[in-house]
Amino acid sequence: MSYSITDPSPRQKWFAGTLVILYALITLMPLVWILMTGFKTPPDSISYPPKVIFQPSLEGYVNLFTTRTRVSPDDLAALPPPANFAEEIVRNRDMVIVGPSKFGERFMNSVIIGFGSTFLSIFLGTLAAYAFSRYKIPLKDDLLFFILSTRMMPPIAVAIPIFLMYRTLGLSDTHLGMILLYTAVNISLAVWLLKGFIDEIPTEYEEAALIDGYTRFQAFYKVVLPQAATGIASTAIFCLIFAWNEYAFAVLLTSGTAQTAPPFIPTIIGVGGLDWPAVAAGATIFLLPVMVFTILLRKHLLRGITFGAVRK
Amino acid sequence: MSESPITRMAEATPPPLARKVRGLSDRAIAWIFVAPTIFLLLAVNIFPLIWTINLSFTNFRANRPNRDVEYIGLRNYERILTDSDIWLSMQATAHFLFWTIFFQVLIGFTLAWLINRKFKGNDLWTTIIVLPMMLSPAVVGNFWTFLYQPQIGLFNYIVAFFTGADPSSFEMLGSVQLAPWAIVIVDTWMWTPFVMLICLAGLRSIPDYIYEAAAIDRASKWRQFWTITVPMVMPFLMLAVLFRGIENFKMFDLVVQLTGGGPGSTTELASINLKREAFEKWRTGYSSAFAIILFVTVFGLASIYVKALNKVKDR
Repeated sequence: MSYSITDPSPRQKWFAGTLVILYALITLMPLVWILMTGFKTPPDSISYPPKVIFQPSLEGYVNLFTTRTRVSPDDLAALPPPANFAEEIVRNRDMVIVGPSKFGERFMNSVIIGFGSTFLSIFLGTLAAYAFSRYKIPLKDDLLFFILSTRMMPPIAVAIPIFLMYRTLGLSDTHLGMILLYTAVNISLAVWLLKGFIDEIPTEYEEAALIDGYTRFQAFYKVVLPQAATGIASTAIFCLIFAWNEYAFAVLLTSGTAQTAPPFIPTIIGVGGLDWPAVAAGATIFLLPVMVFTILLRKHLLRGITFGAVRK
Repeated sequence: MSESPITRMAEATPPPLARKVRGLSDRAIAWIFVAPTIFLLLAVNIFPLIWTINLSFTNFRANRPNRDVEYIGLRNYERILTDSDIWLSMQATAHFLFWTIFFQVLIGFTLAWLINRKFKGNDLWTTIIVLPMMLSPAVVGNFWTFLYQPQIGLFNYIVAFFTGADPSSFEMLGSVQLAPWAIVIVDTWMWTPFVMLICLAGLRSIPDYIYEAAAIDRASKWRQFWTITVPMVMPFLMLAVLFRGIENFKMFDLVVQLTGGGPGSTTELASINLKREAFEKWRTGYSSAFAIILFVTVFGLASIYVKALNKVKDR
């Protein structure tokens, strides 16, 4: 190995490593605590000092997905034996399951709105990014800046007229309304990121395709799209994460049918105060996909974040 | 005879036909591709914004029949600028902005500087540090209220463990002094990684030969840090501050879940105040004017800041 002046010494590396790992562990602690709390029983979750070692239980998850009602011990004894493990857990607390909770529904709303708006932002964003990258468009720079500037607006500043507009159009509290809204928020990022990726694809490929008799359109989807696939995928993840996490519009513009999980999770209430294991279970189910995405796709994500910021 | 497909094609297609086969003109394609995006942004962003401006001159209330809507000129703006509640919320916002940016820059830059030593496994640890910013602020904020519980919370337990104080003697979310710091802590936990990543991009953009040249000139490490590292990273750092500033100025979800603006109105940031006016008191016209003031403030501050940023970049 050649000697380099700028290469840090082993001792420096060791020092830097220790501090970073320490910070990472502090960062991780609340997340580990969410995960652990989801598997505690309600009494364990509020014991003091906080329990690190505990008997794991699925009560939080059962409480998250069901609604229950309390019955007297005599009536409980008269019931047939519990049909499954969920019934059993609930019976131990003198309760019976009366039906599913709204969590499943809200989670599905998150999935529908998240994927719907991601698909639409990527679809429209790719077309626009391609046009911005390849064609002469009058006022191109101004249009691009206009697209970016829409991201500066505080959501609440436009929430009032959107609320009124949606009420008139019958879009309030609908999936379509929320998909359109999230698409509008995401599209600026999508256009900017995708334009960067498409700029990097040499135009020679398309020119060759055009000479081979492809139309412009064929050249776009047979040559450019496959080349931009990685870029499109990482942009899609960003759009999905945004739509997945959004709260302000969701809480202001939806009340039931189209409400996503973020406004719902904090409202999970158990018997006698907040049911923290159920809240933690909901949070775990909701946060886990994003965490897994982040870890699996870390190279692309890190590139996307810094790239998006540095480009402008 | 080996004739290339290109020449064969060229012979087979007379020029006017070739143009037809190509389909739409480039110009038409460009417009067809760009139009939906522009249309969507006009419908969902610009039109509502213009509507907000219009509403801000009226006494409209969205929960009432709008028969008696009147244009009242600049009266909403006048009332906002003399409303002490609004000024308190602007102060709370300024306090929140200043301290979050201070801590995020300090910790974020330090971390980036350390990670740039390229020690073993730094990729994995970087990913772990980045996790919080990928999560939903509302859900995270909700869960931090649990960590902040004085009787049962992990946060109070750990602070008590290290300081020896009684864990139930301080309420992070319930005390007027501590609540603003409680949200600063969570925001710093969530968003330091963002500043860190951008600083890291800045550090990686500095070519090694500059340091080598400085070392040959016998510049001390300290001197190298202040005359090379800091100025070269500065534009990146300022960019990170711009993004965080805009985001935190409109901060809503995290704070709603943590404190809901309380206790009293100590953590009632501008956007929370705005939500209360618009969707609880239903003073639509009044809150539209407030929204416009906020928007103009962000836009104005951001423009001034970008000018300063460009100066730093050009140096």
